[in-house]
Amino acid sequence: MNAADRLRDIDKRRQGFLNSMSDRWHRLSFGWRLAVILAGVVFVYSLPWLGRYPIGGHNYLVPGLYNLRTDTTPEGSNFPYVLFFCSIYVLIAVGLNVVVGLAGLLDLGYVGFFAIGAYSVALFGAPTSPVVGMLRNQFGLPQGWAVAWAACIPIAIALTMISGVILGWPTLRLRGDYLAIVTLGFGEIIRIVARNSSFTNANRGIFGVPPPPGTSGGEPLFNPGDPIPWYFLAISVTIIFILAVRVLERSRVGRAWLAIREDEDAAEITGVPSFRFKLWAFAIGAALGGASGMLFASRLGFIEPNNFQLNFSILFVSMVVIGGSGNMVGVAVGAILLTYLPERFRPFADWRPFAFGVALVVVMILRPQGLIPSSRRSRELEDRAKEAPANV
Amino acid sequence: MNIDALIDHIGQHTVNGLFKGSIYALVALGYTLVYGVLKLINFAHSEVFMVGTFAVLGVWSFMGATDGPTLPSALMFIVVGLLIAAAAAGGTALLVERIAYRPLRRKNAPSLVFLITAIGVSLVLQEIFGFVLAKFFGRPFGRLVVGMPNIVVSDPVIRLPGVDITNKHLIVFAAAVLMMIGLDQFINRTRYGRGVRAVAQSPDTAALMGVNQDRVIMLIFVLGGIMAGVASLLWSVSFAVTKFDIGFVIGLKAFTAAVLGGIGNLRGALLGGLVLGVVEAYSSSLFNSNWEDVTAFVVLVVVLMFRPTGLLGESLGRARA
Repeated sequence: MNAADRLRDIDKRRQGFLNSMSDRWHRLSFGWRLAVILAGVVFVYSLPWLGRYPIGGHNYLVPGLYNLRTDTTPEGSNFPYVLFFCSIYVLIAVGLNVVVGLAGLLDLGYVGFFAIGAYSVALFGAPTSPVVGMLRNQFGLPQGWAVAWAACIPIAIALTMISGVILGWPTLRLRGDYLAIVTLGFGEIIRIVARNSSFTNANRGIFGVPPPPGTSGGEPLFNPGDPIPWYFLAISVTIIFILAVRVLERSRVGRAWLAIREDEDAAEITGVPSFRFKLWAFAIGAALGGASGMLFASRLGFIEPNNFQLNFSILFVSMVVIGGSGNMVGVAVGAILLTYLPERFRPFADWRPFAFGVALVVVMILRPQGLIPSSRRSRELEDRAKEAPANV
Repeated sequence: MNIDALIDHIGQHTVNGLFKGSIYALVALGYTLVYGVLKLINFAHSEVFMVGTFAVLGVWSFMGATDGPTLPSALMFIVVGLLIAAAAAGGTALLVERIAYRPLRRKNAPSLVFLITAIGVSLVLQEIFGFVLAKFFGRPFGRLVVGMPNIVVSDPVIRLPGVDITNKHLIVFAAAVLMMIGLDQFINRTRYGRGVRAVAQSPDTAALMGVNQDRVIMLIFVLGGIMAGVASLLWSVSFAVTKFDIGFVIGLKAFTAAVLGGIGNLRGALLGGLVLGVVEAYSSSLFNSNWEDVTAFVVLVVVLMFRPTGLLGESLGRARA
């Protein structure tokens, strides 16, 4: 048996295991499901202490779990910090999944929305930003005034949704492949505008992006030194958005998206106003990206245009496709893997991009539907494989 | 806005734009050929160009090229560089098709899967030149910019009022137009070209009529690779630098050019490339060079709004149908 066959065999067994787990899950009664979900939530919130539980002033190490941490060596990254990034990337993947996985629109400029979210909290919330300075002069506000962090949330979400609509309005009438290049251009335009405009401080970036409010014991709760509150905030926001998208996915809107993805003409004929729903998908996806960008900017406290390179858009799309486009669990797993693995294998830093490239190709050739595919999507792909032209 | 600067030097900007646009157009041909037949955006094509520039660098340093050689030896460097670059780029394109795309085509995978695979392939190629080879051989591989010998010394051969046309401009423009005409004739007049057009129109019918699709698909990848190889030689002659990620920006521009002209349409790729080059040249004088990418994309969006299939429409299949 050669290596490819062996890989395929392992993958088949993994898939069988996943399917039996999913069957078992669907047979569970409501009470058990609730218990499992609660246990899962507790586990997620206890992750910062994974494998190193501080009980009574002593750290108890659990060997297998402890090795999963990224900070077992001195040069490793802080584990709660990695978890924070995992959760904001999960948020991004879930948002992009609305656009790519559910509505079937190829968006290669998603980093643009992430950047708009980040810049809206920076421009309105940081006392040193030119926009805040202008507002102060305009309305004669006191020195040091800036928009409160909480008030930046609606601003960020509104701005990203509006930009989603502005991008979508002229471009969503285009066919899929054209959409790819136009959205890619959008992502670049946002970065170039941020780099060259005086209202974003151009290349110098913006300092003093505010953290969320709250104090504990006289110290600010969200300070740069302690990543654990940040992780709790990010994971809570992520869970809330996941639940919201889940509700949306199972509603009329979600069914409309699926119909558009599978056959836009048929959907239009049966009375789904496809343009409007595509626009909604864009706006909602954009809002999630914006929320994630906002958390990112607050955590870093400083942003500059180079934080929003085109490579990130590609990374985000890879998360969705590798995980299993259309399936929320899949895209979350994809996001976690692509954030966690590079951190875990930091000693091999130089080899990581190469390994990432090889992994993309191998996963796509072996499992085009992603690691944890949505069942509907993988049936679609099976149909396509049957329709494959004879001698291609 | 600096309209005077643009008006005063409009001729020179046009020439510079056409010069850069010719290179975009040659690379755009690779995107357009593959898209026309397979309806697939071959994002790895930009790396084919990069491999071409490294092939040129390799053969030039093997032959001991130096700055400003005599005319006969410069000609020899160009011809040998052309052959090697075309072979290396064509070979890379073929390899990418065989290793990465063919298994996916057998499964009739959706375009998103091809896209991610293409991104993976281009990452692998970039890393091979930017890291893996550097690990074993050191320079010229690695993350830094590599200089090449300056084979053609820039020299204004034609002086019009306000416009200097250098020998580099002439070489690049003439070569691009020649390659375009050659490819156009190949696709429209030869037996192989007829096969390409047949598969582009309808893969199933073409298969029934006895066209070997696999061979046609290999042919278009090789043709696209050769065009990228020529482009990489012209790039090396004009700018004399390369880098492991040089393909990225050029690929992005070339793909924009292909879409602008109407992807899948060979003449569209030429037109799109030239238009894009000129638009960029104008905008960098009108605003400044930081904004040229923004202008390029805005022009693309505006064109697509009014002509959703690009300036000339998609017509590889429909040409002379």
